[in-house]
Amino acid sequence: MDFFAMGGYGAYVWSCYALTFVIVVFSHWRARLRHRRIYREIEVRLKALEDRE
Amino acid sequence: MWKWFHQLASPPHFYRISAILSPWLAVPGLVLIAYATWQGLFVVPMDYQQGDAFRIIYVHVPAAYLSLMAYMIMASAGAIGLIWRIKLSHAVAAAAAPIGAAFTFLALATGSIWGRPMWGTWWEWGDPRMMSELILLFLYFGYMALRSAIDDTAKADKASAVLALVGIVNVVIVHFSVEWWSSLHQGQTVFKRGTMDADMRLPLLMMIIGFTLLFGSMLLRRIRTEVLYRERRTRWVREMVLSPEGAA
Repeated sequence: MDFFAMGGYGAYVWSCYALTFVIVVFSHWRARLRHRRIYREIEVRLKALEDRE
Repeated sequence: MWKWFHQLASPPHFYRISAILSPWLAVPGLVLIAYATWQGLFVVPMDYQQGDAFRIIYVHVPAAYLSLMAYMIMASAGAIGLIWRIKLSHAVAAAAAPIGAAFTFLALATGSIWGRPMWGTWWEWGDPRMMSELILLFLYFGYMALRSAIDDTAKADKASAVLALVGIVNVVIVHFSVEWWSSLHQGQTVFKRGTMDADMRLPLLMMIIGFTLLFGSMLLRRIRTEVLYRERRTRWVREMVLSPEGAA
């Protein structure tokens, strides 16, 4: 349990590591979402064009 | 070599290669980060002055380093785009901004959390290192806001590249702030001899390399998206999207 107490600094140390994890995952997730959205928009537009032809 | 670069700058080629290359940066990066985190949290002995609180250094320094590195990539890619009119370089600049903003926020937040037990304060208005890093965050926000405010991509590229170049002044200020003025923040330690024990330094170097690799992979992914958006009316995108396999 001493590992997690970090000599009384546990809350500070662990929150920094947790925050790092959260921000990296969040950034990755946002990037993925944006890529999918843009791809889908292009797909919808091109399929609509194709149907009209 | 030059031919290889030239090919890479061609959008369809880049779109294909970046998807293959990205995990080759991310996986070694994550392995290094995992190993260095374990070392930094549990193996390295605590600091004789700061106790276990010093372990925050292993996430704070890579974040701060990448906050500046992303800015320099953003500004120099913008400059290359302005001078040589390479299409891909503006996409690089646009892709670097949100990642840079994320790491700047992380550097500020972990610095603040570290400052509370060490300096007795979360934040010190007027401290040169803290203020210049906060301005860096606002520069990223301004850069992204400027981009999204201009509909014409070519105009947005030019205007934002100029903004990024002017903002380099602030990067220089962030870097030298701890030497030029008195700051709560300690001076440069990582790359100076004799300031940090080798046992403490090695995981930090691994963290920096690991996060740089991860950053590279994140950047590649975002450039890829940027390329797709910018090339949305081209034939290769049309062929790719309408192909029966329907690549992602």
